[in-house]
Amino acid sequence: MTMMSEHTAKAFDVDLQELSRMVAEMGGRAEKLIADSVDALAKRDGERAKRVIAADVAIDQLQREIEDRAVLTIARRQPMAVDLRAIVSALRIASDLERIGDLAKNIAKRVVPITGDFHPQRLLRGVEHMATLVLAQLKLVLDSYARRDVAKALAVWRGDEEIDAICTSLFRELLTYMMEDPRNITFCIHLMFCAKNIERMGDHATNVAETVYFMVEGHSIVDERPKGDTLAALATER
Amino acid sequence: MNTMVKMDAPAKEITLQHGVKVVARDVSVYYGEKRALFDINLDIRERSITALIGPSGCGKSTFLRCLNRMNDTIPIARVTGRIEIDGRDIYDPELDVVQLRANVGMVFQKPNPFPKSIYENVAYGPRIHGMAQSKADLDSVVELSLRRAGLFEEVKDRLADSGTSLSGGQQQRLCIARAIAVNPEIILMDEPCSALDPIATAKIEELMDELRQNYTIVIVTHSMQQAARVSQQTAFFHLGILVECGTTVNMFTTPTDKRTQDYITGRFG
Ligand SMILES: Nc1ncnc2c1ncn2[C@@H]1O[C@H](COP(=O)(O)OP(=O)(O)OP(=O)(O)O)[C@@H](O)[C@H]1O
Ligand SMILES: [Mg+2]
Repeated sequence: MTMMSEHTAKAFDVDLQELSRMVAEMGGRAEKLIADSVDALAKRDGERAKRVIAADVAIDQLQREIEDRAVLTIARRQPMAVDLRAIVSALRIASDLERIGDLAKNIAKRVVPITGDFHPQRLLRGVEHMATLVLAQLKLVLDSYARRDVAKALAVWRGDEEIDAICTSLFRELLTYMMEDPRNITFCIHLMFCAKNIERMGDHATNVAETVYFMVEGHSIVDERPKGDTLAALATER
Repeated sequence: MNTMVKMDAPAKEITLQHGVKVVARDVSVYYGEKRALFDINLDIRERSITALIGPSGCGKSTFLRCLNRMNDTIPIARVTGRIEIDGRDIYDPELDVVQLRANVGMVFQKPNPFPKSIYENVAYGPRIHGMAQSKADLDSVVELSLRRAGLFEEVKDRLADSGTSLSGGQQQRLCIARAIAVNPEIILMDEPCSALDPIATAKIEELMDELRQNYTIVIVTHSMQQAARVSQQTAFFHLGILVECGTTVNMFTTPTDKRTQDYITGRFG
């Protein structure tokens, strides 16, 4: 979508721009939370993890502010068409970002009890790799939102499959570490939950991509994305 | 996994059951040298509400007046093209214009009851059209029309009072009762709520929603929200041109023309 021309009522443009800005800010905070939580996990750094848990509050607060502002804008301007979609989309994206924040907080919470434990770093490689991919997805989708860029949103939407596949193979890999050495079991189970959390973050990034598509195009992405459920795939194997 | 907000067609959506009641083909209107409408082509569906929207001076009222030949009353106005109601050319010289105007009622922006009793306001039309054989007939036409206009309960004890003694919203419903008393099939409304408060407006809108079961309604409105609320079809006019026409759902969610988009989202001028 090309840049929209301005509203006759300039204050309406200000309302919409402010909403976009708040969503972008929330997105930036969510990105940082993912990176910090996985970093805390990798280093078993309990202090860092606690900071992540505390920082999630700011994301929740931003979501509430976005909701208030969106409701006020709807009441005041009675938006139509593309404007209405922009506001509804801000609400939806804010709720996905809030969930991402929660998931990062979940990872951080797992770090606290294992602070200082030693485990071979190679156990972590898969989780870190997944986190890197999900972060790239989130960055791309936030960019697609800021630029109203459907092509980027579609790229994110299609990219989620890869993350799901990696999650499945990571589960398998962690199982072999556990069988190799039972002392790895506790840590690997923590890692499995973290991996699942990261995979869920990817799903939320995909939701955001769908929202961006809807916001710009006025209808939803039609074709169904093939869905590989990690746990189901694992259970039905062998 | 993610359920998108689908723009599902609401129950109010227009369907194929709605035949075309009015057909406009290449309709142009000139006021003297000045051309006010350019080759308008529009199908209006029966038993539904069609909203005409667009900036001031774009020709909405002009188009509306074509549909019951009210433009004939403006000496400098000239209409070209073709307008059919139920397949019949309404500009056919053979056609009885009085009959046409009975069949195509009109409600104006400012409520304009006659300075007569409430009863007489409604009875006037049926009487001059010879539609009532007896006083009892006339009484029942008046009551039915007032009921259909959602006004009867409020005025049944004061039918002899002057129509002008009613509130603005009541006067507008009286004008609607007057329009439907002669049993029209089509009702034209030119900004019928612009002089009314929100409650009176809501009552008229509610009334329109009921009336569309039996009538074909064309409404000019400056309120995008009103058009979105009450109509099933919307036509957007700009500078005498029909820019875009479609189901109201599509027009207000995903209009295809940039001018439509700019207008309905308040980005014009
Ligand atoms: N009786 C008339 N004599 C000359 N010109 C007229 C007459 N009525 C309308 N016009 C012109 O025709 C054009 C269309 O007018 P019209 O009243 O149909 O617009 P409109 O869309 O109903 O505007 P509004 O929303 O302000 O009621 C305008 O340029 C207007 O000046
Ligand atoms: Mg007008």
